[in-house]
Amino acid sequence: MDVPVIELTGVRKSFGPVDVLKGVNLAAYAGKVTALVGDNGAGKSTLIKGLAGVQPYDEGVVTFEGKPVTLHTPREAAALGIEVVYQDLALCENLDIVQNMFLGREEISNGTLNEGTMEREAAETLRSLSVRTVSSVRQKVSSLSGGQRQTVAIARSVLKKAKVVILDEPTAALGVAQTEQVLALVRRLAESGVAVILISHNLVDVFEVADYVSVLYLGQMVAASVPIAETNNEDVIGYITGTKSYNGGQK
Amino acid sequence: MSALSSTPIGTGQEGSVKDQVKAYIANVRNGNMGSLPAIGGFLVLSILFSFLNPYFLTKLNFANLFTQAATLMMLAMALVFVILIAEIDLSAGVTSGVAMAVFVLLVNTMHVNWILGLLAALATGLAIGSFIGYFVARVGVPSFVVTLGLFLGFQGLQLVLLGDGGLYRIETPQILSIMNDNLPIWGGWLMIVVAVIVSLVTSLLDRRRRTIAGVANRHVTLMWIRIAAIAIGGGVVVFILNLDRSVSILPISGVPIVVPIALVLLWAGTFLLDRTRFGRHLYAVGGNPEAARRAGIKVASVRIVAFILCSTLSVVSGVFDASRIGSVDSGAGKAIVLSGVAAAVVGGVSLFGGRGRLVHAAIGAFVIAVIDNGLGLLGLPAGVNFLVTGGVLILAATVDAVSRKRGGTQLSRL
Ligand SMILES: Nc1ncnc2c1ncn2[C@@H]1O[C@H](COP(=O)(O)OP(=O)(O)OP(=O)(O)O)[C@@H](O)[C@H]1O
Ligand SMILES: [Mg+2]
Repeated sequence: MDVPVIELTGVRKSFGPVDVLKGVNLAAYAGKVTALVGDNGAGKSTLIKGLAGVQPYDEGVVTFEGKPVTLHTPREAAALGIEVVYQDLALCENLDIVQNMFLGREEISNGTLNEGTMEREAAETLRSLSVRTVSSVRQKVSSLSGGQRQTVAIARSVLKKAKVVILDEPTAALGVAQTEQVLALVRRLAESGVAVILISHNLVDVFEVADYVSVLYLGQMVAASVPIAETNNEDVIGYITGTKSYNGGQK
Repeated sequence: MSALSSTPIGTGQEGSVKDQVKAYIANVRNGNMGSLPAIGGFLVLSILFSFLNPYFLTKLNFANLFTQAATLMMLAMALVFVILIAEIDLSAGVTSGVAMAVFVLLVNTMHVNWILGLLAALATGLAIGSFIGYFVARVGVPSFVVTLGLFLGFQGLQLVLLGDGGLYRIETPQILSIMNDNLPIWGGWLMIVVAVIVSLVTSLLDRRRRTIAGVANRHVTLMWIRIAAIAIGGGVVVFILNLDRSVSILPISGVPIVVPIALVLLWAGTFLLDRTRFGRHLYAVGGNPEAARRAGIKVASVRIVAFILCSTLSVVSGVFDASRIGSVDSGAGKAIVLSGVAAAVVGGVSLFGGRGRLVHAAIGAFVIAVIDNGLGLLGLPAGVNFLVTGGVLILAATVDAVSRKRGGTQLSRL
């Protein structure tokens, strides 16, 4: 089996009396798409917020490229090359596309913002994702449609060479054409060697792009890194709803 | 398809002068009016007052308008830093009062050197700003409550420091000069020359940097138009201020000393907001604090610095005020703070955070000052002045809210 770029072991998280993650394991592999599925409230977003360092886990071990690491701040995560595209898009509407893509990692020269370089890199990244829906990288995010915002958020995540890109329901708000584009983009990301974690409720999408699927049920990983070829739609629905359990691939 | 994909993604700086003008108009139509309503209001009010009172358009009153606006402008600029992060500092006025009380106590009664006194006053503002910032950003008390508390508390502190009805004359000629003396004739012209050179050099450096980065530059004509506007607009103002405006035998002429001081601070603050990482982060925190946090920005630190800048710049407005009145009393700065908020909002700074520039506050301050000045000349009772200023604040906040909504509906049409 592949060596995981990032591996979580025994992760726990609770909000007051509510245990949201009850000892979860998760792995993501370089060059592979790992789908993370589970019903509403299963804890998917909570799991990845911990990976991003915005909402640290209460307990658990994080191993990155074989070494134990801590993920207490977004900076720590970013330094390791972990990038997240959030379900509730984390964009500033009052800023433009360039400003959002470079937020927190602005290009500086002579102590001041180097707008030209940032504009060029932003435009190049958008072009490399074959984005055709924005006319100017200086458009304010408040003037963009939902699909365009998703595009900006994804472009932001791949702007700096990321090793792990996590997408939380990237296609939920998109039309057919944009969904196809984003999925193609997800594949391209993986092919370039990035470990992709894709959260989705859409199993058609999952079976189209994922290499592995992990299923979270009420804060527990009921099926971890199942190779997509060894499972099917019905089984995965069973794991998600808790009516089936995974037994390590034995029939 | 191929036609589409070959269209490069632009930067908004491409195209002819005409394209740029069109893009600007489209932007204004989308609700990003900036200072346009304020500039319109300023012109309308000026015309109105000049018909109502022949004294309004005199050279002396023209110069008065600058000194009248200066204190308010500094305070409004100070407030922009906290309004941009959707906070408020109701204690900004009394903060300047407390700091100036420290100044007069040190300089008048303890005979400390005035520069040290000034530094102590600024340090007082800095300390107060850190205090407010700590409570807002780290403890999580709403800024409205913290600063309302300080608004009351500092009035008490001023009484303690200066005594009930206490009034200290400013005895430092350098401080008095700020509002009461003028630059020599050549000084005003030099000011314009410096402004033109700074503007030209920064534009050229920007353009070179963009060229090196390989991105488009705005048509160069637009740069020359901007520089010509500074040269001609500034030139006209300096020309008028350089004429003798005295009503007695002693001639009075020249640009008030406060003008270059205010311009330098306006320039420096704008530089900070537009060209540095801190400025960018301030706007981000104002637009979406959670997004800022996820991008790795230390949101609490940004907030604290915003409050520090606000309180410290407020002290500068206190210095201007003391210079103009010639004294500091135990009620200094009490009445001005809402006018400061009004100036910022009237000028186009959004109370919802994330939108606005320092120059908006400066323009708004001129609108409020012209109302003050004009109504004063008409000899109306002070009550009318408060009513009008309050009404203008509410009107401006309404325009802010409505244009924000309009931006929202535009969005759903896309
Ligand atoms: N900050 C919080 N405070 C309290 N409870 C929370 C918090 N964040 C999440 N929860 C709870 O944790 C549970 C898991 O939430 P989470 O958002 O991780 O689910 P999810 O799997 O992403 O669901 P969805 O598919 O709807 O996005 C939910 O019951 C939610 O109410
Ligand atoms: Mg979720």
